[in-house]
Amino acid sequence: MKRLIKECVKGITKENPTFGLILGLCPTLAVSTSVINAVGMGLAATFVLICSNTIISALRHVIPDRIRLPAYIVVVATFVTICEMLMKAYAPALNVALGIFVPLIVVNCIILARAEAFASKNPVLPSFFDGLGMGIGFTLALTLIALVRELLGTGSVAGFTLAVHAEPITMMILSPGALLTLGILIALSNMIKSAFAARKTKP
Amino acid sequence: MPMKNNILLSSSPHLHTAESVRNIMWAVGLSLLPAGIAGVYLFGMSAFWILTAGVISALATEAAIQGLTRKKISLCDGSAFLTGLLLAYNLPPDIPLWLPVLGSFFAVAIGKQIFGGLGQNIFNPALVGRVFLMASWPKYMTTFTKPLAYDAITQATPLALLKEHKLIEHISYLDLFLGKRGGCIGEVCIAALLAGALFLLVKGYISWHIPFSYILTVGLLTYVFGPNGIAGGDWLFHILSGGLILGAFFMATDYVTSPLTHKGQLIFGTGCGLITAVIRLWGGYPEGVSYAILIMNAATPIIDRYTKNRIYGT
Repeated sequence: MKRLIKECVKGITKENPTFGLILGLCPTLAVSTSVINAVGMGLAATFVLICSNTIISALRHVIPDRIRLPAYIVVVATFVTICEMLMKAYAPALNVALGIFVPLIVVNCIILARAEAFASKNPVLPSFFDGLGMGIGFTLALTLIALVRELLGTGSVAGFTLAVHAEPITMMILSPGALLTLGILIALSNMIKSAFAARKTKP
Repeated sequence: MPMKNNILLSSSPHLHTAESVRNIMWAVGLSLLPAGIAGVYLFGMSAFWILTAGVISALATEAAIQGLTRKKISLCDGSAFLTGLLLAYNLPPDIPLWLPVLGSFFAVAIGKQIFGGLGQNIFNPALVGRVFLMASWPKYMTTFTKPLAYDAITQATPLALLKEHKLIEHISYLDLFLGKRGGCIGEVCIAALLAGALFLLVKGYISWHIPFSYILTVGLLTYVFGPNGIAGGDWLFHILSGGLILGAFFMATDYVTSPLTHKGQLIFGTGCGLITAVIRLWGGYPEGVSYAILIMNAATPIIDRYTKNRIYGT
């Protein structure tokens, strides 16, 4: 049990896909213009990640080594299609807002990387928790970026206007704002990490 | 008595010059003075407060970041002063004061200090600040006032009028040269800018390569691709309007972000001219000097790489 929790937590902290592994930047930069989009994207990716990790781990002795990548893609694509259909049926507005980035989850490198690096080598249960942790980490990171960008770029958070009389910094919801926010947040997370490391080495 | 390790060891040649970053920065500041005075004369006290706000914010940002990162606070080298001043020169004369404050903060913090301070930045900090303001608050950044009116009558810049295919009747080359037109605070008075540029050229602080190739390219292209087919464009109008003179002499020549060799500088200037002319003639914006210089700033490392001087004897 302790190991399972560890597998789950590492995706949120030390090996956070966005701030630690720097993976899956395309959807990160593209959909983090508003908190609602970010949470939607994060949850969709988490769903796919958990399902694909579990299935690939269960099939890890069956899939021939030489064609493993196509096999992974087929598994991932199945869940992305399910996810997209569900989204179209129950959250059509979100589906429109996320646009092409929902089908593009198929080639999201976080999912393939976890399949290749973790699920194909580990039993089902740890793989499930690895997917869960990575998904939560991705969702949190995306939401944090979107929070900064939406607040500074439009003066509102999740659609609620906070700064009424301020003139928002339009650039923050354009592409330079995405790169800038991501860069500064990665720098901050590295700073926190090195502070932790320094404390650990001190007796 | 123990030997102190205070001998400076370096390889030859051993040359010493009184020039320093500090001297050059303040000389450039001095050479910009006439254009600033002209700007305040033409647009009134609001221009003066914008210049002041830009400079103070740049200095405060530099000091705050260097203090927070426990570096030596180097306000005296004049680079932050110059960044704030150049940014303010690139702003319309009648905007709220929080714009130059935020712009200078962004220019120094994101444009310079985040890369590691003076000498490490890839892009010209003042232009980074200007483009940031332009992308965020275009409403303010494209509202210009009429010169010598002092009551904030808005007037489009000559290049904006040209872009909208409106006739420019009452503006003569002399008016453009003296700065009697709508525009940014420091860019309008060509006469004052040229006086400052001449000082820098004579003192050898800048070389002629970048400004010459830059202005020549813009002149040539705007002449060749005139409004009525090939040739016959109003090249002098294009050279005298917009921020070309300010950009070519004072911003494209920034030591940190322009190539080292003369050959590289000619390529850099030509590239700037090409991009400026393309944006002016066919682009969406009326003016393209800041984008042209920023794009060529990004190309500077690769220009430097391919124009490296041959080491003597190889």
